[in-house]
Amino acid sequence: MSSKQTPAQGAGVGVRGRDSGTLERFENPGLHPHKPRQADINASAAKRAERQAVTLFAISALASVGAVVGYFMIPLDQTVASVRLSNLTLGVGLGLGMLGFGLAAVHWAKTLMSDVERIDERHDQRGSDETRAEAVQLLKDGAADSGIARRPLLKGAVVGALALAPLPFIVPLVGNLGGDWDVSKLRHTAWRKGRRLAIDPTDTPIRAADVTVGSIFSVMPEGLSEEEHYLEEKAKAVVVLVRVDPRELDENAEHADWAYDGILAFSKICTHVGCPVALYEQQTHHLLCPCHQSTFDVTDGAKVVFGPAKRPLPQLPIAVDDEGYLVAQGDFDEPVGPSFWERLK
Amino acid sequence: MSTSTPARAAGATADFLDTRIGASKLVKEFARKIFPDHWSFLLGEIALYSFIVLLLSGTFLTMFFVPSMAEIHYPEDALPVTMQGVQMSEAFASTLKLSFAVKGGLLMRQIHHWAALMFMAAIVTHMLRIFFTGAFRKPRELNWIVGFLLMVLGLVAGFTGYSLPDDVLSGNGLRITDGITKGVPIIGSYASFLIFGGEFPGVDIIPRMFTAHILVVPGLILALVAVHLMLVVVHKHTQYPGPGRTNKNVVGFPLFPVYMAKAGGFFFIVFGVLALMGATMSINAVWNYGPYDPSPVSAGAQPDWYMLFLEGSLRMMPGQAEFVVGGFTVPLNVIIPAMIVPGILLGALALYPFIEAIATGDKREHHVLDRPRNVPFRTAFGVAVLAELIMLALAGSNDLIATHFSLSINDITNTFRVLFFVLPVVTFWITKRICLGLQRRDREIVLHGRETGTIIRMATGEYVEVHKPLDDFERWTLVGYEAPRPREIEPAEDSRGVRRKGYRLDSFKAALSRVFYEDRIEPVTPAELAAAHSHGEHDMLPGGTDNVEPTALAGSGQDTGHTS
Repeated sequence: MSSKQTPAQGAGVGVRGRDSGTLERFENPGLHPHKPRQADINASAAKRAERQAVTLFAISALASVGAVVGYFMIPLDQTVASVRLSNLTLGVGLGLGMLGFGLAAVHWAKTLMSDVERIDERHDQRGSDETRAEAVQLLKDGAADSGIARRPLLKGAVVGALALAPLPFIVPLVGNLGGDWDVSKLRHTAWRKGRRLAIDPTDTPIRAADVTVGSIFSVMPEGLSEEEHYLEEKAKAVVVLVRVDPRELDENAEHADWAYDGILAFSKICTHVGCPVALYEQQTHHLLCPCHQSTFDVTDGAKVVFGPAKRPLPQLPIAVDDEGYLVAQGDFDEPVGPSFWERLK
Repeated sequence: MSTSTPARAAGATADFLDTRIGASKLVKEFARKIFPDHWSFLLGEIALYSFIVLLLSGTFLTMFFVPSMAEIHYPEDALPVTMQGVQMSEAFASTLKLSFAVKGGLLMRQIHHWAALMFMAAIVTHMLRIFFTGAFRKPRELNWIVGFLLMVLGLVAGFTGYSLPDDVLSGNGLRITDGITKGVPIIGSYASFLIFGGEFPGVDIIPRMFTAHILVVPGLILALVAVHLMLVVVHKHTQYPGPGRTNKNVVGFPLFPVYMAKAGGFFFIVFGVLALMGATMSINAVWNYGPYDPSPVSAGAQPDWYMLFLEGSLRMMPGQAEFVVGGFTVPLNVIIPAMIVPGILLGALALYPFIEAIATGDKREHHVLDRPRNVPFRTAFGVAVLAELIMLALAGSNDLIATHFSLSINDITNTFRVLFFVLPVVTFWITKRICLGLQRRDREIVLHGRETGTIIRMATGEYVEVHKPLDDFERWTLVGYEAPRPREIEPAEDSRGVRRKGYRLDSFKAALSRVFYEDRIEPVTPAELAAAHSHGEHDMLPGGTDNVEPTALAGSGQDTGHTS
């Protein structure tokens, strides 16, 4: 008994052993004999199935009419309740109208239409050898007619022109898509020396004395909302302001003078992929990004203690002006937000 | 014979169509075309019908949605109260108006969103069905690719769609997109400008996504759906293995009237279910989030479910992977999870039919589906990839897991980091063992019949359980498969000791083939069955009464009072 010959045969074909006369594989027994349904043999069962389908069609029709009536009867009168009721009426009407119709059709098909299995033959996708030969010949004839083989210059010209033809479309499209392409904007924010820190979104300037230990503010440059490109500027300039006990901070840290009496300002834009770092854990002094859970320690220069970010949040150097309001000492000394190829250049 | 008026009208119409477009030939070709029946064939239909519902409800929405990022203040006298006077984009304002001031607008929005979720869910489960039953094999490899592209386009359609209202939730999703884009080496910041028309967020992204969402992407989907279905007609539908089913036929019911009613009716069922969902289940209530502003973000924020695997991938990547080389920053902590991991997972999925074809070395057409257990490697591989994707989706919900189960977010994330490597291996191994076990079980059933629960006592005093042998039809389903063997290759050198060309490629193919097919269970042969009959006679008593007079009978569920 050679078993190697079996894979050559399609499934479903019994393979007869060469000499033994016994089957090496089972033979496909053919279709299972048809089992009649209740409705096939019992007229009252068929009648019942018909009634069920008609009932479902009727439910569908009633629901559809009900939804249209509801559309006209239920006004939206500036109350949320009316919106809810209108939504529910239209939706349930539409839903039952569709569902009833669909269930009726399927029920009809399953109970009353013939369920005797039928067979179609399949044919290989591959064309016959004659068809293939004919196809090859047709292509050859066509190619010969075109003369492309005898005229190499023409071939080169076609390819070259075709490659260039889309450019007048693509270049203006891509060229305009990026606006002014001035990617150096990524390096600067709206913070300037002396610009006051204001609470987001009320735009109220913040007195150092009003910031209690343990509190956190979302901050933007004062008056930013009146400026052009407000959202773009805000997307870079938002800052979180926290106050910790100054004893928690290392006085000899590199940027110890960027804080004011335990008040620290860090970019709110995560250095991972740019979500706002909006959660603050007072006890541990950790800032947490709610999108991907990068965690930054504000008492340690906002260095990453956990999560997918690599770099600390950039720190905004702050001071206090003559009237006691918090102001920036200048812009961030590095680009804020997610990493990009040339950010250190 | 006189014919009734409707019949005459139908005849006239038929004649009109036939003499102009040859309708009779189309009817002859397609009217009684046979389709096989199985519930799992409905998954693709759900996807198709959800897409039609998306087109219908989406058209409704475009009548009222304003794809503009111009800033306005929401009217003081309009619902919802919480948004009155708030500064927002026209896109967001028109979404609110659509929901509160247009009758049926909220319903259409909710149907549209539910249909989008259903669309992706149906595509993914349909793909799983295709994968685990081997429906992608020759001649359907190209249609697998078309389906794969449809899945990717579905992701794009979903993402561009749920970002349109310009709310704070989807806005942060766009910001993440911006952050990922910027991470691409060399061109990152330019690519970000390309997408947003300048700096994030700019004023172009909503109108651009609108065009993509309502024209480009659905246009491509529609075209590919047409190709997808055309190829189904060309190939004829696959069928599950069973008596009478072969690679040369297709067994089932005719298109007219059975599938006209069943498939047509099913469209209405899908629409009906989606409409009821839209009527009763609130989704994406953007007025609870508020308009987009770069500063706020809600905790526990999640994308729609089909984007969760990407989110999880981003969340669990340790940040240390970012590095600087020659002054240039390469944020591998973003590139690996956002591009490389999904690239590998989806790439493996897309190319799988071709990889398996190399391992099998099989050039035949396949129209009878595999039972997943009969292809242990494929099934195990599929489950491993699926487990990985589910695990990534869970990692994308690590904050919710943490808050719901009061667990440490760090512990959860670290666990997922380990699982990322361990889970595929473990699930692969377990699944393969389960498949092999089920195959052995099938052999047992074929050889010894099904357990009946009937115990008889032999003349010798021995108790045995009666096994009922399978009939020819039942048996065929369990034995009518092939267990491919690893490819065997010709030796490296021919008889004269000359090294053969192509040997290395062949040995690679053979090695791949061994990985796929080394462990296999052959189907029972008639000879084996005959042998089992002859030496295990008492196992095979049909009904338990023919050869041996039972001295005691204790049916499992119907003990009639015999006590021993």
